[in-house]
Amino acid sequence: MVSNDTVSNDTVSTVRLLVDRERCLGAGRCVLTDPDLFDQDEDDGRVLLLTGPDEEPEVTAAVRRAVQFCPTGALTLSDD
Amino acid sequence: MADDLTTDHPPFPVPRGCPFGGPERAAGGDAEPPLTRVTLPTGGTAWVVSGFERVRRLLADPRISSDRRRPGFPHLAPVPVGNPPDETLPMVTLDAPEHTAHRRMFVNEFTVRRMRLLRPRIQEIVDQCVDDLLASGRPADLVQTISVPVPSMAVCELLGVPYTDRDFFKARTQKLLDRSNSAEEMRKGFGELLGYFDELITLKEKDPGDDLLGRAIVKYRDAGRYNHAYMVNTATMLLNAGHETTTNMISLSVVALLENPAQLAELRANPEHTAHAVEELLRYFSVVDLTVGRVATEDVEMDGETIRAGEGVIARPSSANMDPEVFADPHVLDIHREEARHHVAFGHGGHNCLGQNLAREELEIVLNTLFRRVPDLRLAKPADELSYKDTEQVYGIHEVPVTW
Ligand code: HEM
Ligand code: HEM
Ligand code: SF4
Repeated sequence: MVSNDTVSNDTVSTVRLLVDRERCLGAGRCVLTDPDLFDQDEDDGRVLLLTGPDEEPEVTAAVRRAVQFCPTGALTLSDD
Repeated sequence: MADDLTTDHPPFPVPRGCPFGGPERAAGGDAEPPLTRVTLPTGGTAWVVSGFERVRRLLADPRISSDRRRPGFPHLAPVPVGNPPDETLPMVTLDAPEHTAHRRMFVNEFTVRRMRLLRPRIQEIVDQCVDDLLASGRPADLVQTISVPVPSMAVCELLGVPYTDRDFFKARTQKLLDRSNSAEEMRKGFGELLGYFDELITLKEKDPGDDLLGRAIVKYRDAGRYNHAYMVNTATMLLNAGHETTTNMISLSVVALLENPAQLAELRANPEHTAHAVEELLRYFSVVDLTVGRVATEDVEMDGETIRAGEGVIARPSSANMDPEVFADPHVLDIHREEARHHVAFGHGGHNCLGQNLAREELEIVLNTLFRRVPDLRLAKPADELSYKDTEQVYGIHEVPVTW
């Protein structure tokens, strides 16, 4: 019931996941939420995406939840 | 601020009322005004912010400070006089950018992967404590046999306290959380722990070793900002933050599940669901609640009120976690609750709990191990006759007599 109606459920939408490692303070809620996509760097503890260099992660329901949970605003969605 | 001269703001905190009906004064949603002015035990006033959205908004607001030295910070107890030097303050009381710099020194020690590597050790610790419980006479106190030693030994493991010192460590933490001891004895116990960290860190300065404190000493030296008192304070802060919180969550969770036998039976049959149940228990009890205080550095408008620069504000996780807009029937404990993970029991914003993945792991392992190895565990005293920590800063239970 936490709304995420700022984005549509449309899978062909242009919504993209944006990651700002400067804001990440690394408690890893994203990793718990979607371990297939998110990881934390061994050395600095900050968020890493498990996608290839030119691969754009799909904005799934789990990704949206990770964005909602992220306590520091390091993960956001954008549609430009 | 003529307001401050009046004393008609309601007192804060008030006792929770029913421990299993949820915090009464944190009804969330429409039941509570968005912001309430309260009188603190120290005599000052502060705002209390309610509701999921507002609590999260406030804790993510850069105009809100965690700096306990600032006038207006909502202290619940008188602060000791004399400010410690700036360079010795641990991260909990710092704001960005200092907070960020210190927190970055430690985040890699608490990643999800690191905590998974600790799992086998936490399991051994829990098994040892359950052995001790089973070897003791019945009834036994769950708090002193399980809830206190598990987090205490987990912090030893994390910080790299040598095995030979752990009995000392365990005895001191047991003493600190046993209210039959006088305030004087508790102060002495705390002083002994501080003295212990002082010595341990002095040893690690000579031979850092491959553990959290050793690695932190090396990192701070490399950055040219190593400070002995800072490291002692940080170790003590990690013990404080990681100990009583987890202790109380263990006690409350065991009692709550014993009181909800149908949900307990489901977990026994499906231990892989315990991790999710732990999220619901964290939401339900919000043991860290009264102490999530901040002070405004600028005027902050919120829902028609203005929190003025210099005014204190408390963002209660229990109020967010009992918000019916987010959690339907919030006063019901439901281990299948889909939205349980939305809780803010570990806070929100930059200071969100650094040790949350350790706490999750300890809780999951304790619940699964205890209920598997002691299948007929039961309370030796009815839940409504237990003594709840209604007047303490971290919510919990003093003693839990159990038998089997
Ligand atoms: C169930 C157990 C726990 C609960 C409910 C809990 C809750 C919290 C909360 C609500 C905060 C935020 C306080 C604020 O914003 O003012 C916090 C911060 C913190 N917690 Fe925990 N905690 C738990 C266990 C632990 C453990 C096991 C550790 C470490 C061993 C730990 C270390 C910390 C630290 C270092 C901070 C401060 C982080 C910062 O200032 O950046 N906590 N905790
Ligand atoms: C363990 C199982 C328990 C359950 C299922 C339970 C359930 C409830 C429910 C449904 C209410 C009324 C609804 C509400 O106010 O939210 C209530 C009220 C209350 N309960 Fe319990 N309870 C339990 C244990 C306890 C214990 C152990 C205590 C005392 C230490 C206690 C003290 C109270 C008080 C004082 C109220 C009235 C709260 C108020 O309205 O101010 N309850 N309980
Ligand atoms: S949830 Fe946010 S702050 Fe936490 S590790 Fe992931 S990106 Fe970083």
